[in-house]
Formats: sequence, structure tokens, C-alpha cells
Amino acid sequence: MDISLGMDGYLPVIWSLLLAVAIAMYVILDGFDLGIGILFPFARSELEKDQMMNSVAPFWDGNETWLILGGGGLLVAFPLAYSIVMPALYLPVIFMLLALVFRGVAFEFRHVADDSRFLWNIAFAAGSTLAAFFQGMLLGGFVQGIKVADNAFAGGPLDWATPFAALCGIAVVAGYALIGSVWLVMKTDGAAARRARAHAKLLLPVVLAFMAVVSLWTPIAFPRIAERWFTTPNLFYLAPLPLVTLLLAWFVWRWLEEGHENLPFFGVIGLFLLGYLGIGISIFPYLIPPSLTVWETAAPPASQVFMLIGTVFMLPVILGYVAFVYWLFRGKVREGEGYH
Amino acid sequence: MEFDPEILARIQFAFTISFHVIFPGFTIGLAAYIATLEVLWLATGHERYHRIARFFTKIFAVSFGMGVVSGIVLSYQFGTNWSPFARLAGNVIGPLIGYEVLTAFFLEATFLGIMLFGWNRVPRGLHVFACVMVAAGTSLSAFWILSANSWMQTPAGYQMIDGVAHPVDWLSIIFNPSFPFRFAHMVTACYLTTAFVVLAVGARYVYAGRYHEDARTMMRMAIGLIAILAPVQAFIGDAHGQNTLKYQPQKIAAIEAHWGETDGVSGGVPLVLFAWPNEATESNDYQIAIPHLGSLILTHSWDGTFKGLKEFAPQDRPPVAIPFFAFRIMVGLGVLMIAIGWLGAYLLWRRRVFESDWYVRPLQYVWPIGFVTILSGWFVTEVGRQPWVVYNVLRTADAVSPVAGWAMATTLALFVLVYAIVFSGGVYYINRLINKGPEGPAVEPPTGVPNRPLASAHEATRAAINAPGE
Repeated sequence: MDISLGMDGYLPVIWSLLLAVAIAMYVILDGFDLGIGILFPFARSELEKDQMMNSVAPFWDGNETWLILGGGGLLVAFPLAYSIVMPALYLPVIFMLLALVFRGVAFEFRHVADDSRFLWNIAFAAGSTLAAFFQGMLLGGFVQGIKVADNAFAGGPLDWATPFAALCGIAVVAGYALIGSVWLVMKTDGAAARRARAHAKLLLPVVLAFMAVVSLWTPIAFPRIAERWFTTPNLFYLAPLPLVTLLLAWFVWRWLEEGHENLPFFGVIGLFLLGYLGIGISIFPYLIPPSLTVWETAAPPASQVFMLIGTVFMLPVILGYVAFVYWLFRGKVREGEGYH
Repeated sequence: MEFDPEILARIQFAFTISFHVIFPGFTIGLAAYIATLEVLWLATGHERYHRIARFFTKIFAVSFGMGVVSGIVLSYQFGTNWSPFARLAGNVIGPLIGYEVLTAFFLEATFLGIMLFGWNRVPRGLHVFACVMVAAGTSLSAFWILSANSWMQTPAGYQMIDGVAHPVDWLSIIFNPSFPFRFAHMVTACYLTTAFVVLAVGARYVYAGRYHEDARTMMRMAIGLIAILAPVQAFIGDAHGQNTLKYQPQKIAAIEAHWGETDGVSGGVPLVLFAWPNEATESNDYQIAIPHLGSLILTHSWDGTFKGLKEFAPQDRPPVAIPFFAFRIMVGLGVLMIAIGWLGAYLLWRRRVFESDWYVRPLQYVWPIGFVTILSGWFVTEVGRQPWVVYNVLRTADAVSPVAGWAMATTLALFVLVYAIVFSGGVYYINRLINKGPEGPAVEPPTGVPNRPLASAHEATRAAINAPGE
């Protein structure tokens, strides 16, 4: 590919990295609290449910704010990509947003509802699971490619609804459940922590299997991805990626077996990042696969620079604050107690 | 059944943004009110300012939470519903919206946490400072959003290259011709909206004989603000109208239901008090009008003229009925606000206000007046902008996403369902908070200063439910 490395060449790369950071932050942070919602129906008692919810109570809406940064950032830096992706993935985007709204208020209303508490339990579990599922569908719909003609979406309203996207949807539900379970291993104790550990051991091989299926399906179904991975010299540079993934998964398993409490969570974050990196390698430099690259969809330098000034100043402040909140609420949540 | 995506996209957007605008419309003014109370508390040491500030902070938390939830949806709808617009205007208004997001983030991340959870944790001076910063932050948020909206009304500082707007001069983009007027008009409207909520809450307590001192302070402060700001708002509105006449004459013609020729006798344009605008005959049915007053208001001269609707091609005219009626509702309520404010000021001066049941009793129900006025004004300006989404640049009909009608219809139904459940819950809890009043047991904040408006809402609602009423 031909990249002019002037200002016009660098800026879209900087912005795609910034967006990638925002989305990774979102997937990891909101991933574990959506995971709590997915695991919610498997809790044995209301006390255990309280304990699970309390473990994410101070964090979840801060976590969700990264989603605004993702959507807003795409509009700011790559308006053309935004204008193609949103109508192409119209239904799953709206379904995901509505599921998130529902689950968000369920968090708060559940505490104040007495007779109708079970309804908000259902809303919380269903909202979380559906939000995760549709995020997976969005990922699948994006990776499999979007039909573009004349710089606009040119496909049908259900183009995204393929078996591959559904597979990605289920895979993300499993992935979020896994990171939610290792979060609980770290942040709770007693029966909840024991159950979470059992869930994590069940989910780890399932998630690995999904990663393997997606990794095989994409190069088989999409020649552009096969070319990226299975031609020399890329093959040699990229071969370590699946190997490192397997090694880390083995470590996570060991840590779960040996009763470690914090290490499994950070191990699973590592697995998430490796999977994320794999998807990035398959797609870059396309922002609308398989036709438009980050350069072709970028806003002009005047727009990207104007916004970059504010972002460079704000991003460290935001990251510092996130770290501060997690430090403030460190430690375990025990049954019958919360931050409230 | 066939669905028209354009109409559905417009209904859906109007629905979600109308729901959303209610909450910032309230929290911008409320943040400023809380900051004022805290400064007064710091300056005078009167405990009642502190109590009232704490009381309204709980209501602020619930409203802010719902504003956040409904705002997330909007940041995606520019693309889901209006993708050609995002493509054409994204380079210019994207960064304006981006700065709004950063502002909101910054605000949430630092000062809001201290404001909601920091009552017993930080020194009094720092808490006051945090409240002032939250008030400044909400206004800054409004600054960016209204700048983007104003650019769509009066675009400036850009050039079109291959059908896409490129920024040329950011200062001209941000401070585009209608922005200063719109910003002043909207922020004043937010302050008035809050003042009427405070007035209604105060009147409710005064009438019921509860919270003697706090209720009277609420009423005094609200009446003082309304008596001054409501007439000021009329002047700002007039200036805004002059600006609209200069840059968007079709909108003014629609607001006035002024068709030209038929109703213009010897130059002077009448002011239409009531009419049924008839787009088929291009005239007004059942018109009641005052001669020359339209000229006087808009051109500030007896015989001045301005363009009527017939002087614009039919495809360039906005729909007439909605701007016409919404404008009359807005102005009518504005006049009512001035009347309530001045009457209250007179009664305060005569030291009779709290004894005047005929004045206090109906005031319990005035809390929605600001919201209705803001929504009416919003409808005037947004429907009056039609048929353009970016004025004279992009037509709304050309800005609709390539999404099937049935898909839009499905999501519209879901939006209505989910919002109805979520927001009726929110309103229910705010009402309970008001019933409970400012003197309830102190709510223990959770440890730390988390970034969680909704969590604080939960704390407040739980307190409301554990000790409902007296």
C-alpha cells in the first residue's frame, strides 16, 4: 500500500490507535460488568446477587462512558466510516443501546424495588446478555465486511445477520462471562468466589474454542485475511501470537487450579488483548473492510488536529482518574456488605 | 405495509432528542442554582442554604443520570439515522461534539464526584468550588452542543470540497452568526426552567405549611430570578428573532404565518394572533390579526416589510403550522412567566406573598412551564429549519440513512417502550424526593468519590423510599 508519511499519513494512524485504546478499554472494563449480568442467573441467593452487583457498583457507569468515546471518536476522526458503519449495523447498534439503557437502570431500580425485585433481576441479566451478544454481532458484521458503493452503505438491513456474526455474538457472551467470573474470583469471597472459580474453569476452554473457531473461520471465508496471515514473511512474525495465547491460557488454568485470586483476572485481560490484536492484524488498515482504509475515511488534518489537542490533554486525566477510582475501591466485597 | 424512512427517522430523532433535552435543560440551571446556594452558604454561614443545596443535589443526581443514559443514544443516532449528514458535516461538527464529550467526561470524572459524594469528605471551600465547576462545565457542554446546532442553522467558516464540508476557520465555525443568540437564549431558558421548578417546590411546601424557612427561601430566590430574567429573556428572544430574519427569512415567515401579498396592506405586516395556516390555499383561515404590529416587532418600524412565504419556492418553505403554533405557545408562556415574576416581586415588596393563597396555591403546579417552553422553542427552531438539515446546504430528505423503513419502525416502537418505562421510573423517584423534602435524615454517601451519577441517584431514592413523606 502507498502511504505518504506526511501529516496526512500519520494523523489517521494516531487516531486509529486512540480509537483502538478507547474500544479496548471499553471491552475490558464494561466486559467484566456485563459478564456479572450474564452470570447473574446462576447465583444461588439474593445475597449472592447483591454481592456480585456490589462488586461492580462503583465502576460500571464510568466503564460505559468509554462507549461514548468510541462512537464520538469515530464521528470525529473518521466521519465517512461512521456514516457507513452506523446504517449498515443499524439494528444491532440500536438493540445494543436499548439493552444497555435497560440494564443500567436495572442496576439502580433493583435496590429500591421490593416486591418487583425479580423483574429487575431479569432485566439486568437479559439486558447484559443481549448487550454482549449484539456487541459480538457488531464485531462479526464489521469483520465480515460492509457493502459500499459511492462512499455510502449499499447493502440490505439484515446483511449483518450471518452465522459468522451469530458465532461472534455467542463468543463475546462467553468471553464477557469469563472475564466477569475471574473478576468475581478477585473481588468476592465465600460461596460466590468458589462458584465463580468453577465457572471460570468451565468457561476458559469454551472461550479458547471460540477463539480457535473464529481464527480458522476468518482466513477460510475471507481471502484478504488469509493473505495477511499465511504469506511470508508475515507468517513468521505472526506465528508467535497463537502460541503466546495458548501459553497464557495454560497459565490462567494453572492459576485457577492453584487458588490464585488476582492473577486469573489479569491473565484473562491478556487473553482479551491478544484476541483484540489478532482482529486488528486481520483488519488493518481497513476501517470499512474490505474497501475503505483509515486514510480514505479520515477527516481532513484540520479537523483531526483540532480535536487531537483536546484529547492529548484530557486522555491522561481520564486514565489517571480511572486508576484512582479502582484503587479507592480495592479489596473484596463480602456477602451482606457493599460500598453503600 | 410501507414505511417512509424519512418520516420515521425524523419522528424517532425528534422523540429521542426531545426526551434528552428535558434533562440538560433542567440540570444546567440546577447546577448554577446549587452553586449559588453554596456560595451563599459560604458567605453567610446560614444553614438553610446548605440544606436546600443538599436537597437539590439529590434531584440533580437523578436528572443527570437520565441525561447521561439518553445522551449515549444520541451520539450514535447521527450515524444510524442521518449518515449522509454525518458524512457531509462530520469534519466540521464532529470536533464540536467531540469537545462536548470531553467536557462531559472531564466534568464527570472530577468535580461531579466531589459534588455528589464529597459533602463530608472535602473542606467546605473545595466543595463549593466543585459545584461552581460543575455549573461551569454544564454550561460549557451547552456551549459546544449549541455551537454545533447553530452551525447547522447558519453554517460558516467552511468550504465544500467534493460534496463534503471542510473546516477553514474554527473561530467562524464555533461563533457562527446565530450561535451567540441561541446560546444566550437557551442558557437563560434553562435558568428560568429551574427557577420555576424551585418556585413550585417552594410553593408546595409553603402551602402545606412544611419546611417553613427553606420553602420561603426557595420562593424568594426563584421569584427574584424570574422577575429579572423573564423580561431579559424577552429582549434576547427579540434579538434572536432579528438574527433569524436576517439569516433564515423562511423560518420567520412560517413563525408569523406571513404569506405575503394578501395580508400585507400598504406595506405594514400585521401580527397574526391566531389563524389556521392553510398550505393548500397559501393563506390563513380564521385569522385574527393586529395591523402593523408584525412590522413593529420584527423590523422595529411601522411600515417595515419582510418576505412572505410565497416569495420562496414551495420546496424551500418549512411546514407552517408547527413553528406557528409552537412559537405562540412559547411566547404565551414567556408572558405568563413575566406576569408571575412581577406579581411575585410586588407581593414580596408588600410582604404579603406567603399569605396570598390565591398566588401560592396555583404555583405548586407551575413546574412544567419551563420544560414546555423549551420544547416549544426547540420545535420552532428545528422544524423552522426544514426542509434543510444544514441550512441551504443539505436537505433533510437527502440526509436520511439507507435504512429500511420497517427497521426504523421497529426501533421506534422499542424506543417508545423502553423510554416510557425508564423515564416514568425516574419521574416517580424525583417526586418522592420532593415529597420527602430537605430535612430528612442525612444520607450517608458511599465511601470514596466514584464517577457515578446514577449511584448517587440510587442512594437518594432509597432514602426517599425508606422514609416517604412525613
